[in-house]
Amino acid sequence: MENRAVPRFWREIPQRYSIIGNQCGACKKFYFPPRESCPYCRRKSIDKMETKKLKGKGKVVTYSIVHDAPDQFEGQAPYPIAIIELDEGPHLTAQIVDCNVDDIKIGMKVESTFRKIQEDGYMGAIYYGYKFKPVG
Amino acid sequence: MRDVAIIGKGVTKFGELWDKSFRQLITETGAKAILEAGVSGTEIDALYIGSMGSGRFIGQEHIGALVADCSGFSHLHIPSTRVESACASGGLAVRQGYFSVASGINDIVVVGGIEKMTDVVGTEATSTLATVADQEWEAFFGATFPGLYAMIATKHMKDYGTTREQLAQVAVKNHANGALNPNAQFKREISLDAVINAPPVAYPLGMLDCSPVSDGAATVILCAAEKAKKYVDNPVKIIASGQASDTLALHGRREICTFDSTVYAAKMAYKQANLKPKDIDVAEVHDCFTIAEILAIEDLGFVKKGEGGKAIENKITTLDGEIPVNTSGGLKAKGHPIGATGVAQIAEIVAQIQGKADKRQIKNAKIGLTHNIGGTGASCVVHILEAM
Amino acid sequence: MKRVGIVSYGVHIPRFRIKSADIAVAWGKDPQTIANGLGIIEKSVPSLDQDVATISVEAARAALSRCNINPQDIGAVYVGSESHPYAVKPTGTIVGEAIGATPGLMVADYEFACKAGTAAIQSCMSMVRAEMITYGLAIGADTSQASPGDALEYAASAGGAAFIIGKDKIIATINDTYSFTTDTPDFWRREGRKYPAHGGRFTGAPAYFRHITSSANYLMERVGTKPDDYTYAVFHQPNGKFPLKVAKILGFSKEQVQQGLLCPMIGNTYSGASMVGLASVLDVAKPGDRVFLTSYGSGAGSDSFDITVTEQISEFSRKKAPLVSQFMENKEYIDYSTYAKYRDLLYWE
Repeated sequence: MENRAVPRFWREIPQRYSIIGNQCGACKKFYFPPRESCPYCRRKSIDKMETKKLKGKGKVVTYSIVHDAPDQFEGQAPYPIAIIELDEGPHLTAQIVDCNVDDIKIGMKVESTFRKIQEDGYMGAIYYGYKFKPVG
Repeated sequence: MRDVAIIGKGVTKFGELWDKSFRQLITETGAKAILEAGVSGTEIDALYIGSMGSGRFIGQEHIGALVADCSGFSHLHIPSTRVESACASGGLAVRQGYFSVASGINDIVVVGGIEKMTDVVGTEATSTLATVADQEWEAFFGATFPGLYAMIATKHMKDYGTTREQLAQVAVKNHANGALNPNAQFKREISLDAVINAPPVAYPLGMLDCSPVSDGAATVILCAAEKAKKYVDNPVKIIASGQASDTLALHGRREICTFDSTVYAAKMAYKQANLKPKDIDVAEVHDCFTIAEILAIEDLGFVKKGEGGKAIENKITTLDGEIPVNTSGGLKAKGHPIGATGVAQIAEIVAQIQGKADKRQIKNAKIGLTHNIGGTGASCVVHILEAM
Repeated sequence: MKRVGIVSYGVHIPRFRIKSADIAVAWGKDPQTIANGLGIIEKSVPSLDQDVATISVEAARAALSRCNINPQDIGAVYVGSESHPYAVKPTGTIVGEAIGATPGLMVADYEFACKAGTAAIQSCMSMVRAEMITYGLAIGADTSQASPGDALEYAASAGGAAFIIGKDKIIATINDTYSFTTDTPDFWRREGRKYPAHGGRFTGAPAYFRHITSSANYLMERVGTKPDDYTYAVFHQPNGKFPLKVAKILGFSKEQVQQGLLCPMIGNTYSGASMVGLASVLDVAKPGDRVFLTSYGSGAGSDSFDITVTEQISEFSRKKAPLVSQFMENKEYIDYSTYAKYRDLLYWE
């Protein structure tokens, strides 16, 4: 029976549920997940990072189909995993759903959807978050 | 800063070593290396140990102290440091040992690398291996470690036309080399078809595109170059050490198909040695997956970006090619006990330069390079070695 | 009394479908007899990563996308289901967080078999009328389970709808509501058990039909209407036959019921059923249309609603989220073995 630290994943609920990142007040670059400061503006950005909810729209940069999955994802395999570039700039890694694996293309437009990501076994907490589906 | 040489090496067999414990493996290689170097225990100034996941694999931390103890050095109370940088733990341990001798602080140090991955079941081993990726933002969402490299392969195939066959060819070549290496985990050749038709792990990579889960250890003895010939006739000099980092998550990189950490670590090393890629005679690179070797030969500057696939196909990197890569069999055939790999790479290049690589020996190996990567390229350590 | 009604609505129905014929074949039954008897061709199936929380969030987000309200002005979220992901830990807080309505928010989860969602509507109505909240979000959603091989397996499906209840810019006024409730054990699921049990034919006349007809007749009498006064009627739909039968008993025509009758193609979405039916009606309704809705929840009770569509619906941005008809068309078939894996019928560790 796993008993992973619930606080660790609770802290990231705004990010996983609503793709909330931040924006550097100095150079206006967007970050996801949010950063304490902008790596490029460094001290100029301290206390200037603004929380921002990202739209959850983007395109596929690259992808793979995972066949050999860890326990938490076993029933779902094979499933597509992709690096997605959000419209605002940041990249993230997420599963692609509602799509035939043969139809996934680099450059494909996608939007976020709210799904169950994994759970801590039958007795543990359920973790929800983003997956992406093709637009239209 | 003074020059540093390698005066001894020892590598265990790599594989599923059910009979050997973590403690037994490290002492086995330590003993081999010390005997080869002809140093006495009291001459050793410090230990550096590369080991990535002992906490999860064998439930043991405090590895520095453990290794000093197993090696019989505790009563001498010598300093012992564990170094971790995911799969580059071994290479980084070498670099730490190198600094301590180059700076004049130590004269002789023992650098070991070790991993014991089979004391846990397979799924636990793969999930521990996956801790080298970004746990919160990659692994949590279902990205597996092979899945991450597979995404690099998908993009490399799209952007540069690299083919499935070219990827597979890396495994074929490395198995051919591994067949000549008595310590390799896999001593059998495999065919291109076998690689392409192997069970899928993460498209486009299959089981034979992936390095295995392995146990093993490797040790090298570093010595101030000015004192090296006191111990052995054929010391090998470390003429450069480079290191670089990059974003933990693959999705944070500037470019998916280039490991900037390799580019920068190599740049640092080439600069220190005042050499160019074409000056390298032989290289041990980090082929945790077939695509990783293709990226490595591009990012180290052996071939242009995007031409790694063609290079493999044109057999540029075979034992009798222009620039032999992974004469040991690489991570794929030799095995990949995570912390040991970086140190084993050094041992292989030393053997090549000393002319001691038996059936794997390449002609005129004067200058060799090792390339050790952590995770999906978040860290990289490069060393250049030369005959003294 | 202040006018209270529906400000916006949203729906979510998972993509996968399994044909009742394929379920029948798995259990050695005749596919045609089953399909004809139950009036169900196929039903929706949730994938492994979908549950009542994900369906509720998607439906709530859809509702929000169609109107301009600030989620912080939603004062209450009530999610009705009989397949909440947790027995203890509300689905409503997950929804509240995901739509940005927290932390100033009243939340509780509801259970009343298939009418938990309409009960939530009634609560929101009263809180809005009492001016305790500006907007209330009532959700009915389920990923209902049925015992493998049982008759209910053909119908138990997945889906949900979210309704934002308020006073301003309402697209449909809820003129009145009434509930007819008795302690009737026609269908239940014991604590800790995975599958429900039911009383067979007892679920018909003394349960479904008695409560729906009693509630409907009482409300129409109180409001002073007859079936002819309504453009549309929506009834709870445990199969494709019951709603048509109860409509006939009450005096509604097949045409009135058609738009809101989705069971034949998506099965019974339990707490979602009547509400998704209502959403389907609102997808096409015009100003002035009158809608009669009666849900049914085993145990047992019916909630009836007398609804009038307002002028505001002409300005309502339906297109901002998929219509029920689009969900009906967006489908992918799976076979029984995949279905068994998704519905966790094969226990594995």
